[in-house]
Amino acid sequence: MEQKKKQVAIVRSQEKIAEGIFDMWIQTDLAKTAHAGQFIGVYPKDKSTLLPRPISICQVDEEGLRIVYRIAGKGTAEFSTYQKGDTITILGVLGNGFPVEQGTGKKAVLLGGGIGIPPMLQLAKALGGQATVVAGYRNQDLFLEKDLKENSTLVIATEDGSVGTKGNVLTAMKEQNIDADVIFACGPMPMLKAIKTYAEEKNIPAYVSLEERMACGVGACLGCVCKTKEVDHHSHVNNARICTDGPVFLASDLDL
Amino acid sequence: MNTSVTIAGVNLKNPVMTGSGTFGSGMEYSDFVDLNRLGAVVTKGVANVPWPGNPTPRVVEVYGGMLNAIGLQNPGIDVFMERDLAFLKQFDTKVIVNVCGKTVEQYVEVVEKLADSDVAMLEINVSCPNVKEGAIAFGQDAKCLFDVTKEIKAKAKQPIIMKLSPNVTNIAEMAKAAEAGGADAISLINTLTGMKIDIYRRKFALANKTGGMSGPAIKPVAVRMVYQASHAVQIPVIGMGGIQNAEDAIEFMMAGATAISVGAANFINPYATVEIVEGIEQFMKEQNIADIRDIIGCIE
Repeated sequence: MEQKKKQVAIVRSQEKIAEGIFDMWIQTDLAKTAHAGQFIGVYPKDKSTLLPRPISICQVDEEGLRIVYRIAGKGTAEFSTYQKGDTITILGVLGNGFPVEQGTGKKAVLLGGGIGIPPMLQLAKALGGQATVVAGYRNQDLFLEKDLKENSTLVIATEDGSVGTKGNVLTAMKEQNIDADVIFACGPMPMLKAIKTYAEEKNIPAYVSLEERMACGVGACLGCVCKTKEVDHHSHVNNARICTDGPVFLASDLDL
Repeated sequence: MNTSVTIAGVNLKNPVMTGSGTFGSGMEYSDFVDLNRLGAVVTKGVANVPWPGNPTPRVVEVYGGMLNAIGLQNPGIDVFMERDLAFLKQFDTKVIVNVCGKTVEQYVEVVEKLADSDVAMLEINVSCPNVKEGAIAFGQDAKCLFDVTKEIKAKAKQPIIMKLSPNVTNIAEMAKAAEAGGADAISLINTLTGMKIDIYRRKFALANKTGGMSGPAIKPVAVRMVYQASHAVQIPVIGMGGIQNAEDAIEFMMAGATAISVGAANFINPYATVEIVEGIEQFMKEQNIADIRDIIGCIE
């Protein structure tokens, strides 16, 4: 694995793309090793807040990383004020990322719910635009839909039915008869649980990206664990570390 | 310039150690720092058998610190010796194994298994606030602490450090009880029991309801307790609690600590341990201190 590091990087650009959702490009050499489904830790400058905030990587280019995140508290509220040229302290690259090779040459369906949508962009790019992305939003306040459309076959679901299928990503998959050989998913836990059940019924693999409160981000503190069916290799107690063994797991390996 | 200190006959190249539970067994942080630079690596607590720990959420940030309720998840002593100790053996640093248990017998089992291993000292965790049985119960009553220290000391081949809880009325009394029980050193403070409530969800922020508070906000409490404990006993004191930088480390040493541990600061800055080693050397140069031992307990 590539060496992880903490560094001070520079904000290349930032804009608000939906209510409470921000889109930031960061100039960093971490881009050289980053891939879809990995994340970075972002440290607030406010010294009353200490821990790095785990934020998924939305897109990677030669010289930088794009993160699209929702304001969830004091830390992310601070990040949203950063402007082009400002410094940003980051830790990365963290996590295992999506196993892109499991989707190559297959009918890959990428399911993103809410703030679980952003990591699907880099994955769609890595799959050469061949995948179908089903993106689930609350309402017509969409984000990243243009980027996703350019890099996949995009299907939209909204909870209020204002755009696309009314319902969630699975409703859209069923209603539009979207057939999958393999699923990649990121979103809230109820969505991931439903996807796990769906994939087991269809007997197809589903790779899900999990979220949990983290402290160290590097596998030392054992704060962010999830239940696994087999004993984990670290503590031998069926608790895998989301930050290092994940965040992406094969759903059938998990006890969600 | 001398930066080395001695605890129970064990010579550390410098007084900087890692706080148990914040550094794993060093593997994860070896991506960031050279473990050879550290005085000692204190491992995550290890029990006689694997412990699954508590449900999530296990960690939450609070103002100037964090709460954790990991619940001492660990792989048990057998896997630990085969994997973690083998890993640490590659480095020129002292290894201190933190030992946890729910009964005296469980502590003793771990201590006995480590008897012939290449471990410099044992730190006995009688102060974890997140494990219901045993653990903290031993550390909150002076008589219990005396008894458990005595029983473990009788079986241990290596010097033992009793890690004390700050969640007590009189820390000096607890320090004396550990010393009377035969402890070779004491370390403090473990975390302060705290709680955080999510007012929008009307739920506890941690699945365990309570958690141990660490981070810079607890430092003044820790400095005070290290001062009081070090004045109550003759054995060396290892100070910890909110140390972020070399200035904090020196403050603990002036209060009476022979060595110090860096804990939650690792999460905030993965380079913290080595930066503190370098910062102490820098301070000694600037202040013309030839021997680090001259500052230990220099405040009366």
